[in-house]
Amino acid sequence: MHSRRRFPFCGLLIVACVTSLSAQQAPAKTPPRPAPAAPVDRSGRTPDYPEHPPAPPEQVAHGQVLFRSNCSFCHGSDARGGEKGPNLVRDVVVLRDQNGETITPIVQNGIPAAGMPKFALSASDITDIAAWLHSQPLSDRGTPSALDILVGDAKKGAAYFSGPGRCTQCHSVTGDLAGIGGKYEPKMIQNLIVSGSNYGGRRRSAGAAAPKTQPVTVTVTLPSGQRFQGEIDHISAFIVALRDSNGTYRSFARHDSIPNVVVTIPFQWHLDMLPQWRDTDIHDLTAYLVTLK
Amino acid sequence: MTKTAALLLICLSGASSLRAQGLDSTTLAKPATDAWPTYAGDYTQRRHSSLTQIDTSNVHNLTLAWVRRLTAGAGGDDGNWFGPPPGPPAITGGVADQPVNMPGSTSGTPRLSGSVLQVNGILYVTSPDNAWAIDARDGHILWHYFWKSRGGTHIGNRGMAMYGDWVFFETPDDYLVSLDAKTGAERWHKEISDFSQQYFSTMAPVVVGNHVLVGTGDDLDSPGFLQSFDPNTGDLQWKLYTVPMEKGDPALATWGSLDAARHGGAQVWMPGSYDPESQAYIFGTGNPTPAYTGALRAPKDQHTNLYTGSVVAVNVNTGKLMWYYQTSPNDTHDWDATQAPVLVDGPFAGKPRKMVLQASRNGYFFVLDRTNGAHLLTGKYSEAANWAAGVNAAGQPVRDPAKDNTVAGALVSPDNGGATNWPPPAFDPQNGLLYVPLHEIYAMYYLTDKDPRMLVGLGGSEQDYVGGLGSSLVAIDYQTGKVAWKYRMGFGFGGSGLLTTASGLLFANDGAGSLVALGLQGRKPPVPLWHAQIGSVDNAPETYTVDGRQYVLVMGDGAVWAFFLQ
Repeated sequence: MHSRRRFPFCGLLIVACVTSLSAQQAPAKTPPRPAPAAPVDRSGRTPDYPEHPPAPPEQVAHGQVLFRSNCSFCHGSDARGGEKGPNLVRDVVVLRDQNGETITPIVQNGIPAAGMPKFALSASDITDIAAWLHSQPLSDRGTPSALDILVGDAKKGAAYFSGPGRCTQCHSVTGDLAGIGGKYEPKMIQNLIVSGSNYGGRRRSAGAAAPKTQPVTVTVTLPSGQRFQGEIDHISAFIVALRDSNGTYRSFARHDSIPNVVVTIPFQWHLDMLPQWRDTDIHDLTAYLVTLK
Repeated sequence: MTKTAALLLICLSGASSLRAQGLDSTTLAKPATDAWPTYAGDYTQRRHSSLTQIDTSNVHNLTLAWVRRLTAGAGGDDGNWFGPPPGPPAITGGVADQPVNMPGSTSGTPRLSGSVLQVNGILYVTSPDNAWAIDARDGHILWHYFWKSRGGTHIGNRGMAMYGDWVFFETPDDYLVSLDAKTGAERWHKEISDFSQQYFSTMAPVVVGNHVLVGTGDDLDSPGFLQSFDPNTGDLQWKLYTVPMEKGDPALATWGSLDAARHGGAQVWMPGSYDPESQAYIFGTGNPTPAYTGALRAPKDQHTNLYTGSVVAVNVNTGKLMWYYQTSPNDTHDWDATQAPVLVDGPFAGKPRKMVLQASRNGYFFVLDRTNGAHLLTGKYSEAANWAAGVNAAGQPVRDPAKDNTVAGALVSPDNGGATNWPPPAFDPQNGLLYVPLHEIYAMYYLTDKDPRMLVGLGGSEQDYVGGLGSSLVAIDYQTGKVAWKYRMGFGFGGSGLLTTASGLLFANDGAGSLVALGLQGRKPPVPLWHAQIGSVDNAPETYTVDGRQYVLVMGDGAVWAFFLQ
């Protein structure tokens, strides 16, 4: 499918520069900017395609009853395909149909070559069936998972936390992580374990807002030895900008290695872990952290 | 006379009478210098210019020649009181009585992410539902055409194609529109796909001989296809489905059922390349649908779901499939193979070869023999890509089921956008390197429904960004598949396509709003030599001469920017 990535990316920034810090090539971080007017997801926006106007609820209900007693044997009780019959929700005949006009002849005549018998249903009944079919959602693209993601072993997670995971080098279950299991839903906790920052899961995870994590900072040292430090605003091969502890904005043109720029990412360890994780360790850690209530 | 030249003459003879005012079709078959007459400048999609006026020693003098801000919609291009004369009123077309109101299409800042044609000093520019002709010397707007849309996914438009005095472009609501290039007056429009099945059309058409090649897109469960239209009448010449549509199709054995195949995707949403010698139009196909589960379309190992995620060659005159190579068998991650197929002639394993290269969305790089589709080499250009367990004997990455969307979540790279995407790469024949914008990003992939029947189109997946190793430009040695160098561009979407020149320059988007000229240093990473901060860089840079003077053209932030040496 076509990429919609352009906008989703905007939210994701900082994490990036990441490894670049020590690299000779200057890191170029896209400056944080508000989401453009153009939509990110299909959810919560005006549909791109005309939708069938909703039919009266009693008509839809009647259509469902008729479908279940006549059609579900082959097409499934939800019309999404059964042993013999195809998924009707995405079927071209159904998609083109407005009020049963293209569905009716097929139901009344059958499709003998495909093994579909004819049905002695009235045009009015088929219109009701069509109304129910048109009420079924087409795609849940962009809808977050509501499934229970907890499959891990909390005991193994605890062992990993204090053992090979080396989590205790920075974190403590009685300190920064105290009660985390009561604050956030499991999926958010899992995404935070991996990302180590509040960028993880910011797009789609439901539930409480992610916790604030330490900002990415930068230290700029001029040839004179003068040094500026602060939260990074934006950076590229040609400029670095920061906001110091007084809130003052400062920017510096960059030329080769002048001035000297050192970026500090507090969640660097998590970035370094990205290529190394085993999914089972992630799941076990999540199972452990959700017990911290 | 060579066989190639003879074939070209045959192909082009129909158009030669039109050359007086418009596009001389022979320009399409040779590298662009004083024109940019087709999507990638020429049919090879190398995006390599032989122009050398701008070089590593003088690029620091590159400066703005002009900038033209464009406004979408029927009321656009009013200009401003202190600027140049306002543009002409928009010519309107379209099948809707009232266009569906969409900022960026019916009003406001257009999304300018396609290629710009430059023919005889005139630029032809598109955005969804809008088309402009602009003077390449000063940015003056000659005409603006606005299409009243009935809706559809307005994600972008990749540009126009030209034949003689006629231009062609697609609309999001699935029409191919032909305009008179001189006036912007509509000649005709033809419906190219079924709006009720949620097709949407963004591709830049490609003119080959007397064929206008047209693809379309769809994010629901609909079959993909490529069509060829007559440039004069707009009549359909042929239509090639990219999934099996009937019993008896040999590719049907790669599907769980005919119903699954007929809803199987493989959309053709990016322009292909053309090899005049074999008359092969070579293009990539999109992901299978439903995208995130193979449970119904691929219940068994042999169900690779042809011809999804494939590089495909079709005879441009007959519309018949010539060969294919699938880069992601039974894909479950939305790994389109629509990235530019780059045609390269050169040595491979000690012998001269006619090849096609693709750096695919899945993080792997492929070299094929373009005369028959034979696989020559697979490389992995994304270190982060972890969705495949290995590569099989045919050179295809084999997906690791543990890295599918899972209920508990799987940590996967690339993220949905892929290791690379539509922003085109550039090939440098001097160094034998393919330059590719690379994103190494990780996401947690969660399955949202355990019932595969509920997964339609791109539904069924929640993907949460959890970090990344950044964005870079990589140089891939086509003879070894190895990455010769990796130049970190920082983060974000820093890739809108690339351009190289014979003078050793690589023009790129730095992902932070600047157009950058990098000086190439062979096998060593390049160095930044020049940049211009223009807010955002939204299409691949182009270069050509007008009046003998070399320009660099790019679009970004709703405007067209032309640079030259002062």
